[in-house]
Amino acid sequence: MTTHDISAQRAHQTLWDLSAPGRSGIRLPESDVPKQPMPDASLLREDLRLPEVSELDVVRHYTRLAQKNFSVDTNFYPLGSCTMKYNPKINDMVASQPGFSGIHPLQPEETVQGALELMYRLQRDLQAITGMPAGSLAPLAGAHGELAGVLMIKAYHEANGEPDRKVMLIPDSAHGTNPASASMGGFEVVTLPSDSNGSLDLAAVEAAANDRLAGLMITIPNTLGLFNPNIARICEIVHGAGGLVYGDGANMNALLGRARPYDLGFDVVHLNLHKTTSTPHGGGGPGAGPVCVGERLAPYLPSPVVEMVEDAERARYRFATPANSIGTMSAGHGNFGVLVRSYTYLRALGADGLRQASGDAVLNANYLRRKLEHVYRVAVDRTCMHEVVFTGRPQREKGVKALDISKRMIDYGVHPPTMYFPLIVEEALMVEPTETESKETLDAFIEVMIAIAREVEESPELLHEAPHVTPVGRLDEARAARQPDLRWQAP
Amino acid sequence: MTEHPSELRYTIEHEWVRVEGDGNATIGVTFFAQDQLGDVVYIVLPAVGSTLQAGARMGEIESVKSVSDLFVPVSGEVLETNQDVLDHPERVNEDPHGAGWMLRVRMSDPSEVDRLLTNEQYDSAIAS
Amino acid sequence: MTTPFPHSYLPHTEAQRREMMAAIGVSSADELFADIPDAFRNPDIALPPALTELELLLEIGGLAKRNAVPGEVPCFVGGGVYRHFIPSVVGAMISRGEFLTSYTPYQPEVSQGTLQATYEYQSMICEITGMEAANAGMYDGASSLAEAALMACRVTGRHSVVVHDTVNPRYRAVVDTYLLPQGVEVTTVAPGSESISDTTACVLAQYPDYFGAVYDLGPLADAAHEAGALFVVSADPVALGMFRAPGEFGADIVTGETQPIGVNMSFGGPFVGYFACRMSHIRQMPGRIAGRTVDHEGRVGYALTLQTREQHIRRERATSNICTSEALIATGTAVCLAALGPGGLRRMAELSYQKAHHAAAGIAALEGYEVVDYGPWFNEFVVKCPLSGRETNTALWRHGIIGGLDVSDVVKNGLLLSVTEMNTRHEIDALVSALGAIAGEDAR
Repeated sequence: MTTHDISAQRAHQTLWDLSAPGRSGIRLPESDVPKQPMPDASLLREDLRLPEVSELDVVRHYTRLAQKNFSVDTNFYPLGSCTMKYNPKINDMVASQPGFSGIHPLQPEETVQGALELMYRLQRDLQAITGMPAGSLAPLAGAHGELAGVLMIKAYHEANGEPDRKVMLIPDSAHGTNPASASMGGFEVVTLPSDSNGSLDLAAVEAAANDRLAGLMITIPNTLGLFNPNIARICEIVHGAGGLVYGDGANMNALLGRARPYDLGFDVVHLNLHKTTSTPHGGGGPGAGPVCVGERLAPYLPSPVVEMVEDAERARYRFATPANSIGTMSAGHGNFGVLVRSYTYLRALGADGLRQASGDAVLNANYLRRKLEHVYRVAVDRTCMHEVVFTGRPQREKGVKALDISKRMIDYGVHPPTMYFPLIVEEALMVEPTETESKETLDAFIEVMIAIAREVEESPELLHEAPHVTPVGRLDEARAARQPDLRWQAP
Repeated sequence: MTEHPSELRYTIEHEWVRVEGDGNATIGVTFFAQDQLGDVVYIVLPAVGSTLQAGARMGEIESVKSVSDLFVPVSGEVLETNQDVLDHPERVNEDPHGAGWMLRVRMSDPSEVDRLLTNEQYDSAIAS
Repeated sequence: MTTPFPHSYLPHTEAQRREMMAAIGVSSADELFADIPDAFRNPDIALPPALTELELLLEIGGLAKRNAVPGEVPCFVGGGVYRHFIPSVVGAMISRGEFLTSYTPYQPEVSQGTLQATYEYQSMICEITGMEAANAGMYDGASSLAEAALMACRVTGRHSVVVHDTVNPRYRAVVDTYLLPQGVEVTTVAPGSESISDTTACVLAQYPDYFGAVYDLGPLADAAHEAGALFVVSADPVALGMFRAPGEFGADIVTGETQPIGVNMSFGGPFVGYFACRMSHIRQMPGRIAGRTVDHEGRVGYALTLQTREQHIRRERATSNICTSEALIATGTAVCLAALGPGGLRRMAELSYQKAHHAAAGIAALEGYEVVDYGPWFNEFVVKCPLSGRETNTALWRHGIIGGLDVSDVVKNGLLLSVTEMNTRHEIDALVSALGAIAGEDAR
């Protein structure tokens, strides 16, 4: 490539840089109806400063942008708690059938029986995986499921004449969405300390078990990638005090076919279908966050749920609203396009396949733990589940931060792990390989991590300045926050 | 070797207080605090004229990826806030004990200052 | 003991699994799950048997074939979700793996594509709505409106919200779900009749309103501002291709559904709620925001910014709990807007307007039908039918037509019909003649 490469020159341009008055990227037909009178001009707008580009401009622009991204399709993506597994292409192909992608959410139910049956089957299968007797596909993402969950807990206590149950217990290792969701549900958040295993401190739970307790929100396995053997006991304590237990299902990829939240004592759990069931993340969505619940919360589920009605001839499906529903979460019925992909994935694997998937996910995480523990200290030295948390403290003592290690991984073509989370681990590097990565990829990753550890000793400046191979280097985020430039404006 | 001048008093939450010649208190955050935060990008301060009790939350200070509460070290009425630091939060990094000051307070109980930490006490607190 | 299950998604050979177990120091994968108490470990989960890819297409594709698809059959249902033309470039671009299978762009160096696409999406939303700032998108139009009301409560420090009864009832329901548990009072009123007080945080309006009407929102915005309340507008972005922008009327927050621009109807999702506001309120905005900055060598680049508003930093005091939203769909809307340009968006709006008014004129001329006059309107209108909305829809389906939405709770025998550029003249004429036939059947 030379400096005269016109492709490289255009690589930094915005749509507005490509724009020329009168150009267009699509031609629409002429009207085929008799001309109707237009409304009064005072209601009409005059200016609309959208870019004017040709169809090829659109294609080249977005293709160039795409090429600046890392993705699962192009790179190993060991991003802890995000479950960046392979997104099967058949999922997209099934979801793009016109009978799914082209139907209107408010068509009469008799015209969308296939869609309703798919939702019914997925609802049933998610209930089987979680062991829960009821569920709703309505929430549109994990945090949306959390909101549904805390609202159900609130409605339950109010219906039982205990509106003063206002305290939601949340471990200090939780994702930020947990306290934010509890707060949106009108609860007071009380943060509980973790023990040295990153597991909830039993004594702290007992101390908080009183008549102000609304519930506990807890991630299984926890955010250190560990399964707390006391989890059933914790659920008993919370139930004993009249509270309910919310399971954050972000880490369900470890438990598919291995344990059911219902059996452990959970009252409600959400599933991140875009993690556990392989639907693509899309650069930050769409997701889907169905909730599955035990008997106590079933009447409060968000609307709609899908019911089957046995007619004389064949089963019929319809939307229904549970008796004491917390209401609707969106104008639609859930992120249907994501639900189709999720159902396709579950049907591709079946129960045995899911169990093999969780087994391989946990095998891969432990393999990385064992192969890298002599270089990067493991936060908690014991068998992990689907993810392993390292601490870069030994490297920090040599002046290299977890951030630097992560940025250097980019130069080796690996997406950085989740950094500085959970908050209870210093210099945390949270690695989740997922089951869809081969041993060859894992071995290559191990070599990269060992090479980087060597660079910490020999040439730390390489890490401080990394990444070196990307379209841009480390960005001035302080400037971005101090002088926000959030939209294109005419120069 | 301390970055924290002896003429200021300190809180364990990393605010400093300087008693001015007119008896009013100037308040800011410490060198140590700004060093821990990194680039300060946004500051929220209480309204001029409001009355605060020592220890109350008086505002927020944000870096790119953190937000921390600010607590008022002494009780009193807010006389002035530093518009320059609100417009240019980087002043806190450049000169935390000078141009990076945040507010002036008319103290209702000047003896509260005596109960704050000396620079030596503060330095040993942050060292532990 | 787990039986090995060979699968194309699972790359390990049995020999590799054994090798890895040996490296870890266990003799079976099950040992790795020993922390799960025996009583709970390896439950039976009753799922149907696994299918191959070929079988999946037959089995699940068979369900797709049992749905009636608008376009294959005439359909006049709107109510917030509309079938507009989607240029071929939209699907081609957003199905690229680098957009489709990437994560949230927390690592800007390897996410410049998503980040610049988001910045450009925000810019185009600002242009369409006439606002100063937009975020990267919320879940959908309804939750976006609910979050706008919560934002207005934070900005004003007030806890009471006024909602117009001309706002989509499904949006109003979501406003209730979000606001009532936080103790916010929600009052529904007819536009202009509201008793706004000094405790009102905001007024929520819709444009065009649920029944299709378009009118000057300026006086309503002024009335809200006089009481110190914010004025929030939920707007159809295609309508904004021809009608004045809410920002011009003085709206403080503009939200809506981007679905009509480049997004498949997909039985109601995934969509995107757009969200735009004034710069002065930016610190209270929910959701992600991409910003433009430079790297250490001065090269222009993009990064998520103002993140201290968000849950991963501010936790229980965050502006919202939203994390994963609808980034890919927002990029689809951006691609569609780039292809359409100002002329294309305007033409799409005007074609919808023309065809809808043609349909209304045809129906108004029928014996027994009346088109309700709400003043100037865009592409949706209410018809008073001789039968109830529900009966009319059932009768239309017998003619192979999916009718409209039953609004008999507002207008006796009311049917809300929507027409876009996708409805052919042939479809419209079929609707008019079927309605005529239904009235005739009823008369007999």
